[in-house]
Amino acid sequence: MNSLAALIPLFPLIGFLLVLVLPKSTTREPVSGWIATTAVLASFLTTVISFVWLLGQTEREVTIHLFSWLSVGPLNVDAAFLLDPLSVTMCLFVSGISTLIHLYSIGYMHGEKDFKKFFLYLNLFVFSMLVLVLGNNLLVTFVGWEGVGVCSYWLVSYYFTKDSAASAGKKAFIYNRVGDVGLLLAMFLLFNHFGSLNYLTIIGLGSTVPLSSTVALLIVLALMLAASGKSAQIPLFNWLPDAMEGPTPVSALIHAATMVTAGVYLLVRMSPVLAWSTSGRWVIAVIGGLTAFVAATVATSQKDIKKVLAFSTVSQIGYMILAVGTGAYSAAIFLMVSHAFFKALLFLGSGSVIHSLNGEQDLRKMGGLQKYLPLTFPTFLIGWLAIAGIPPFAGFWAKGDVLTNVYAFSKPLYVLGLFTAVLTAYYMSRLFVLTFRGDERFREVTEGHDPHESPWVMTVPLVILAVFSALGGLLDLPWAHSMSLAGFLDPVFESTVSPVLGSHLSEFVLAGADAAAGIIGLIIAFSLWKSTSPWPRFESSFFEKVWRWDDFYDFTIGRPLQRVAQFGSTTIEPKVLDGAVVATAVSVRKSAEGIRKIQSGFVRHYALVVVVGMMLVVLFLVARSW
Amino acid sequence: MQTSLWLSLLLVIPLVGAALIVGLRASDHLARVIGIAAAALELALTVVVALAYRASHTVGSGSTTTVFDFTYRKVLAPSLGVAYDVGVDGISLFLVALTALVILLALVGANESRRTPAFVAWLLVLMTATIGAFATRDMLSFFLFFELTLIPSYFLIAGWGGSQRAAAALKFFVYTLFGSGFLLVGMVYIAVRHQHVFGGDLTFAMSALKETPLSSGVATWIMIGFLIAFGIKSPIFPLHTWSPLAYAEAPIAGSMVLSALLAKLGTYGLLRFAVGLLPQSLDNVRPVVLTLAVIGILYGSGLAAVSKELKKVVAYSSMAQVGFIVLGIFAGSQIATSGAVLLMFNHGVITAGLFLLIGGIERRRGTSTISALSGLQGPAPVLAALFTVVMLASIGLPGLSGFVSELLVLLGSFNAHPWWAVVATTGVIFAALYLLWAYQHVFHGEATGENASIPDATTAERWVLAPIIVLVVVLGVYPAPLLNKINPSTHAIVSHSTPQGVSR
Repeated sequence: MNSLAALIPLFPLIGFLLVLVLPKSTTREPVSGWIATTAVLASFLTTVISFVWLLGQTEREVTIHLFSWLSVGPLNVDAAFLLDPLSVTMCLFVSGISTLIHLYSIGYMHGEKDFKKFFLYLNLFVFSMLVLVLGNNLLVTFVGWEGVGVCSYWLVSYYFTKDSAASAGKKAFIYNRVGDVGLLLAMFLLFNHFGSLNYLTIIGLGSTVPLSSTVALLIVLALMLAASGKSAQIPLFNWLPDAMEGPTPVSALIHAATMVTAGVYLLVRMSPVLAWSTSGRWVIAVIGGLTAFVAATVATSQKDIKKVLAFSTVSQIGYMILAVGTGAYSAAIFLMVSHAFFKALLFLGSGSVIHSLNGEQDLRKMGGLQKYLPLTFPTFLIGWLAIAGIPPFAGFWAKGDVLTNVYAFSKPLYVLGLFTAVLTAYYMSRLFVLTFRGDERFREVTEGHDPHESPWVMTVPLVILAVFSALGGLLDLPWAHSMSLAGFLDPVFESTVSPVLGSHLSEFVLAGADAAAGIIGLIIAFSLWKSTSPWPRFESSFFEKVWRWDDFYDFTIGRPLQRVAQFGSTTIEPKVLDGAVVATAVSVRKSAEGIRKIQSGFVRHYALVVVVGMMLVVLFLVARSW
Repeated sequence: MQTSLWLSLLLVIPLVGAALIVGLRASDHLARVIGIAAAALELALTVVVALAYRASHTVGSGSTTTVFDFTYRKVLAPSLGVAYDVGVDGISLFLVALTALVILLALVGANESRRTPAFVAWLLVLMTATIGAFATRDMLSFFLFFELTLIPSYFLIAGWGGSQRAAAALKFFVYTLFGSGFLLVGMVYIAVRHQHVFGGDLTFAMSALKETPLSSGVATWIMIGFLIAFGIKSPIFPLHTWSPLAYAEAPIAGSMVLSALLAKLGTYGLLRFAVGLLPQSLDNVRPVVLTLAVIGILYGSGLAAVSKELKKVVAYSSMAQVGFIVLGIFAGSQIATSGAVLLMFNHGVITAGLFLLIGGIERRRGTSTISALSGLQGPAPVLAALFTVVMLASIGLPGLSGFVSELLVLLGSFNAHPWWAVVATTGVIFAALYLLWAYQHVFHGEATGENASIPDATTAERWVLAPIIVLVVVLGVYPAPLLNKINPSTHAIVSHSTPQGVSR
């Protein structure tokens, strides 16, 4: 029974292989899409069974051993999975939401030339993500970790004939690689200290093998570097907005269920290690808080509907990282799950909007879509209220949970978080107003036609996700701990510190502040964006250009590196290194001017040298043996 | 029971093939058939050897633990120390198999157009020379085989190369020959010293030479000589300047052989002779060698990123990979050494695949200059997919073969030499940088001009690439069959070269 969980990642792999090897005639559109969707659905159903089974167990840590992967001297790494409350929670929403995104893609990708290839990548992506969360050691996690990286490279550069798409895919991969170095270094440090890469071993030894605070800090920093690559945090967050070049379902997949949640997962999984370094956790909390804030400011000024959503993801993940830094691991996961619902909903909803407008993504060419999209509109409305933190939708509970913990950890960070909540409500309301309300600015794009609602394969996922976004708060009601997500997850974090919470009264006050933040942001947006003709001019280009982050990297890292490499190739290589060789050769040639035959350049003469050399050796040996 | 016959057969078969081609004055077609048949037979035998290899086995009545298998020794001239002494261990075993595989693929898959009987015959001679160097347990014969590889390589480059082939071949030849001098002097010194101390006949047997007592100073001088000789062949920074030219000017088969096999002779020599015979010198040279290895990784990556020609990208990328191998060899850790040995094999497979694919592009477009190529993924999606898989293996994507070996090298060296390992680890970013950059320019974007009408990978090309893809995937997921045979040998060499015993 317990090895059933090995099937969770296996199904998408089987789907991938089926679509890959089946003859073309059987995998044309939409068959390949259905094969892929079924594979992920099977994975989801297996996860549900494993979840129910795990609930019935008292010992909720099950290792599923597949085979011995790497074994050299003291290093022993198994290909093995760990099924516990944390991994099963991740698997549930990863496979569940991925199923909906697969279904949606069958409609969205209709008529694409590389329809089949899209689903190949999509299945491989889900496979990698499930391996990532199920791995029982860092190295198996790393397989999934880089797997989602390479799948995102393929999916983002899906429209590869477009230079911007090709560059965005490459950028995603390179930024992720920088983060991957962090994970590699963390592995080296952990292996050095504990002689193992196995999560349970490391966590078990953690209490008995003392770790110096420097090493602990280094490990935490390396893990944070890893997380900032995958989860798009400062300083590596700027690949994620470019990743919008991929088809919209890809954005939904990357932003909601897979990929960006990986960094948060890694930190949460390593929470006992984080507990060793208070300064390390401070770094994490500050990075999370700053990222949440910076990305929110950027989101206020974007013109592209998907870019707003992209930066909102960065910002929301910032909240999760902030929560991790404060030690509120269950709160981080709760926000991750809620966010997965409403962000998938928002992206798929925006995809439906874009679909109805023949691919237009510019908010300035939308407006008044409310009456044309009878299903997209109400579902999007729920997603908007959920992310804006309006009670009683999922986002309110999840974000509230995070902010309560931050309040106990650090007041300045709490203020930053609360202010970011106002910004969040503002930019999401701006997006909502500009898309669905106000003047109809889209006539030019649709050539005068009315926009049309999407087919059922696209709207059904929207409805399901809307239900979860509305009711997601039920997962973790504060007054029903034993039945809640936190109650389920907390045993995983038992060895870690839990922040001290205040009285019920202060919790109510904090909840009131959260709700007020959301409502204030909403009111500001509605009053500022009442009219869009002429287009308001107060938006900052500094925010729109992402605080000039790309330019900064280009200036400080990109161009200097390029110059160094050019210098190497035009000066060091030919003039210095090869120059020395040529100079040596020339001087040898000069000193041997008398023996003209040698420099005649024919190989037989050189072959002669070899033979003569060998004969000299033999002569020498003969002489020796006398 | 497992005798010399197998390895001797491996040395004879290619020579017989070459002799047949020359003796029969074979036509192009017949030469090709003979060449492929000989190489295929060779590969089949090496696979048998690799499967049957046992690190420890029972000899006679008693049980002996020896990492060498398929051994045979016959002293030919006792007073001169000349002996025929073959055998393979976990370090050489897979390099022997790699040689057979790469030369078979080169014969089948590299540019068909200008192939002549002489070309096939030289490749077969090269096969014997390379396998001979890997399979001998005697340093004098190693030296002879090592030198022998130069002649066929020279003719392959000079006869079938690009427009600057004469210069490239000459530079390659002279440069390598120059290095060999140091090898010769060092080798003879050790042997003479051994005889001086222990008496008896002169011998070049490695098992004997490694017991030679040498002062750390003398050992260091010999080590420097070995480093020059093998460092040129590998190549190690800054002794590499012959290689980009040679790799780029050689015919595809030549580039495959140079980077996949002959470079491995260099790194193999470093492990077997520099580390294996001169442990007294390691502490003196280690910081320098590790630094050069790491510089090689970064410098190779940097130059790969600004190369204008696909073959040069792979040439510099090979240099970076060699940096990882050398780091692993000199780190003094069993994990890193096993990783380095595995990386020699994996890099051989990967780089052979990359050159085969570049050969495919050259066949279609007549050039491998990056600026002339664009959008090839549109007209040739399968070719692009094959390239992608091999490229990702080279980048070190987990699940593919390159990752496992690179990880072992880095993880193993981190323990004793963290700073070098940390800098080397950043190399994995650069590998992604230059290869994805090249890929984007060649395969992504709009296919312009002649690029738009190229044919996709043919069935033949797919079959040639198939073994490479299979090896890359299988060894990424399940490297145990190789590692289990490599580990005892690396354990032996590391415990011999570290007096305190094996470290991590």
